[in-house]
Amino acid sequence: MYGSIEFRGPSGLLDFLKEPFIAIQEFYLLTGRALRNVAARPHYGDDIIAQMDLIGVGSLPIVILTGLFAGAVMALQMSRALAQYGQVDQTGTLVSISLVRELGPVLTALMMAGRNSSGIASELGSMKVTEQIDAMRALGTDPIQKLVTPRMVATAVMLPLLTILADFIGMFGGWFVSRFFLDLPSQQYWSTVWRALEWNDITQGLLKPFVFAFIISLVGCYYGLRASGGTQGVGRATTQSMVAASVLILILDFFLGKIFVSQGVT
Amino acid sequence: MAADTQTPVLRFDRVSVAFDEVPALADVSFQAYEGESRVIMGATGSGKTVLLKTALGLQRPDSGTVYVFGKDISRMRERELFDIRSKIGMLFQESALFDSLNIEENVSYPLLNQSSIHCPPEEVLPRVEEALKFVELEGTLEKFPSELSGGMRRRAAIARAVVTNPPLLLYDSPTAGLDPITANTIIALIVKERDLNKTTTLIVTYRYQDGNLVANFRYNPENGGLERAGDPAAGQAAGKGGASPSTLFMVLHEGRLVFEGPQTELEASQDPYISKFVKHRE
Repeated sequence: MYGSIEFRGPSGLLDFLKEPFIAIQEFYLLTGRALRNVAARPHYGDDIIAQMDLIGVGSLPIVILTGLFAGAVMALQMSRALAQYGQVDQTGTLVSISLVRELGPVLTALMMAGRNSSGIASELGSMKVTEQIDAMRALGTDPIQKLVTPRMVATAVMLPLLTILADFIGMFGGWFVSRFFLDLPSQQYWSTVWRALEWNDITQGLLKPFVFAFIISLVGCYYGLRASGGTQGVGRATTQSMVAASVLILILDFFLGKIFVSQGVT
Repeated sequence: MAADTQTPVLRFDRVSVAFDEVPALADVSFQAYEGESRVIMGATGSGKTVLLKTALGLQRPDSGTVYVFGKDISRMRERELFDIRSKIGMLFQESALFDSLNIEENVSYPLLNQSSIHCPPEEVLPRVEEALKFVELEGTLEKFPSELSGGMRRRAAIARAVVTNPPLLLYDSPTAGLDPITANTIIALIVKERDLNKTTTLIVTYRYQDGNLVANFRYNPENGGLERAGDPAAGQAAGKGGASPSTLFMVLHEGRLVFEGPQTELEASQDPYISKFVKHRE
């Protein structure tokens, strides 16, 4: 699968460029095969359920805490800015839009990259360096089918759900601050929260985690499956996967946001 | 050997494999026939493991052709390879048992996952128990690999390799990291499997002692131990012809096959690299 490209550059520059290009190509191949396997037999339903439990249910505490404090901090800081215009009663609007469009998807995805990309990379990396991946192939299973696809499907299902949860918990955090620190009436806060949201916000808020889910799972799998060199290699794969997933999430977040904003329906 | 007329079980034809332009196997050719044993020796990094992985289709040769049971596997797609692999048992260097599965699930894995095995569900458990009984590990079904000692893990991995009764078995350093007594019991298991099921066996090892046992001993079904082959009295008592099992030694040096032949030739070799692996017989 890997290392099948024959390309000898005449200069050092080509060699320098070769590696990232091969990495991108391999990542695309992995993505393609993982996606194709969604429809192909055999299906490992048990593995998907197990991964949903591990990735989704296991991330509940971290997602709840992140959402709660993100919403609370937003309310706190935005009220300071809004106070300049005498619009503190609009806190709910800002909390709602920033949570649903940005902070919910991005913070949840970053937390999941920290927890699950690295977790997947270290698990698959350990399997790689102890030859369990080879053993799997020797015993008649395709590691991409058995390991990568279930993790990808499980993350793609769970991350949007976790993001919705984080959004709601964040609004609750914002309500807590508005009610007890800013002395806003609850009614006022919640009505501005609901009124602020449009379909465009919701679509954006659900599309982003869906896209990020592929980054989180596939980057973790990619670094795990190419781990080599014993425990050190596993450690390296773990760190690299987390860094790469986080950076890619932030970059993609910008471009996805750009697409939605340039649609004109802001 | 009247084997020339039949198809070799495993045939390498000028096979080369390189990693990042460092050769791991260079122009290796040999053929192994049904029922033969091969003992593959060589220094660390001489390509022993790569040779086994290439035979299993886990590693694709850069040039040359690998034939398994007469079929060219070097250009097969992964899905087609599953069919061939179901006829090959492999013991990996560090056992490579799945950590997340218990011993029963590990040993039943090939029965349940190899599409060409078609094992009826009610036969899975009896076959797993039989394989574990073969390696004398009954009663560990519920245990996880981390709860077993190194020698026991190695045995469980052998059980997983032989549970489908494959006609070709590859053992990658079966005795590495084990104390001499445990190592001998592992080799005894390998010889037992070979003699009971007439399997073609490739063993990678750095212990000359292992090769010596494989070449000169055979399984005695009466007392369940090993006995020296070629001893006519013992052979008749065991109801066998008493013929010594055919074992060839192979020595790899930096990816090249530098020696192939019987034990006597190996011991007679004057080459300093080759004779390094030869110790005196007990």
